[in-house]
Amino acid sequence: MDITNQEYKKLYQKASPPSPLLKDASLAFVTGGTICTLAQAIRNFLLSQGLDEKTAGASLSIILVFLGVLLTDLAIYPKIAKFAGAGTIVPITGFANSIAAPALEYKTEGLVLGTCVKMFTIAGPVLACGLTASVIYGLLYYIFA
Amino acid sequence: MKKTGNTYCFQDPPRVLSYASVVGKKEGEGPLSRDFDYISDDNTFGEQTWEKAESRMMSMALERALSKAHLPLSQLGCILGGDLLNQCIGTTFALRPTNVPFLGLYGACSTMAEGLLVASCLVESGFEQTACAITSSHFCSAERQYRYPLEYGGQRPQTAQWTATASGAVVLQKGGMGVRITHATPGRIADPGVTSQANMGAAMALSAYETIRRFFQDTHTGPSHYDLIVTGDLGKVGHQIVIDLFQRDGIDMRPTYDDCGLLLYDGSQDVHAGGSGCGCSAAVLCSYILKAMEQGIFRKVLFCGTGALLSPTSCNQGQSIPGICHLVCLEADEKWNM
Repeated sequence: MDITNQEYKKLYQKASPPSPLLKDASLAFVTGGTICTLAQAIRNFLLSQGLDEKTAGASLSIILVFLGVLLTDLAIYPKIAKFAGAGTIVPITGFANSIAAPALEYKTEGLVLGTCVKMFTIAGPVLACGLTASVIYGLLYYIFA
Repeated sequence: MKKTGNTYCFQDPPRVLSYASVVGKKEGEGPLSRDFDYISDDNTFGEQTWEKAESRMMSMALERALSKAHLPLSQLGCILGGDLLNQCIGTTFALRPTNVPFLGLYGACSTMAEGLLVASCLVESGFEQTACAITSSHFCSAERQYRYPLEYGGQRPQTAQWTATASGAVVLQKGGMGVRITHATPGRIADPGVTSQANMGAAMALSAYETIRRFFQDTHTGPSHYDLIVTGDLGKVGHQIVIDLFQRDGIDMRPTYDDCGLLLYDGSQDVHAGGSGCGCSAAVLCSYILKAMEQGIFRKVLFCGTGALLSPTSCNQGQSIPGICHLVCLEADEKWNM
């Protein structure tokens, strides 16, 4: 019996198990929250060591990016991310992971054409959109402030 | 050879002279572990890149199949093979040193069935006395081509499948003993409009249904005439869709229908909807299925290789995923059942 694409869609949607949303969201909340709490603890420590707010913030970002890259290199980050989902993608450690992972993966194709070219394949859109948004924000700030 | 409808009927059926399967660690921990010829604990297969690892795995499968047949490479008539990597480099680099006539195939994960179909035509027609169908897939080389780098922290949806690290080789011969290839039905491309790369089972299931249905019509048979009907890599989702589609025609596939993607791994191996990749159906055929046929457990088997004919480019450009399914009918001699 022939089947239309609409009928087929109903059939495969019925056969496709959905993602466990509640479980995924809970795990993302817990792991994302843990990363943020840890980051806050590091920030408090930096402030207690006499760093001003701005320097403490920048130092914290550097520390978190370093940890993200280190855990990616040790293949630990993807293992956590498998359960954490958005909890490890949204924090800055996820951004570090998204650049370090292709940089490692494509090193077999050489330093220039492999690592350097491919390292932005995932984070590229984030960088492009982030830079564009910051330019627009800067212009608006310049004009109205 | 004659053609009935869409189906080739081999009058002097080519025989399976030998076969071999080589798999990775995860596949070796699955339910078919005892049936494989070689399980590598190291998914790099001692190589520096994943692509070289895949080629090494394929050449090991070829070496083992030939050695089981006591057939020197120089006497092999022809090799038909392909894989998932761009320009089929897994296969061409594995076969580079062989100096055997080679026909490259691309049927995505249906490559083993496609290779058997073409090899059967070459052997039955008498152009070749022997021909080898071979294919492979490697989780790591496929992931980086189709999805994300291995170390990227992402989550897979429940409908996603796991590309098998596996290779299978089947050597066919004219005459002699062994499992016969009696019929083959080349598939037609079917595109039911599925766009999700994470639901390949849904994209391929329609083509599987259509090829199997055409085969039943051409041969005036049904599921009860076969001991096993097995699709390549539809996984849980596609397997259920095929059952549902036949249900609409009033045909119950459940008693004899299975899927290689469900046979290769067990539920605890975290492969979500099941296995996939060229190596999935090839390794299951070259281990569990052909062994069971030789032991007389199965006498008639329909091996239906399924392939999703997408590329990352076509998906990025918003195209839906076309599927294909090639069918090969395998029969063991009666006397083996004694």
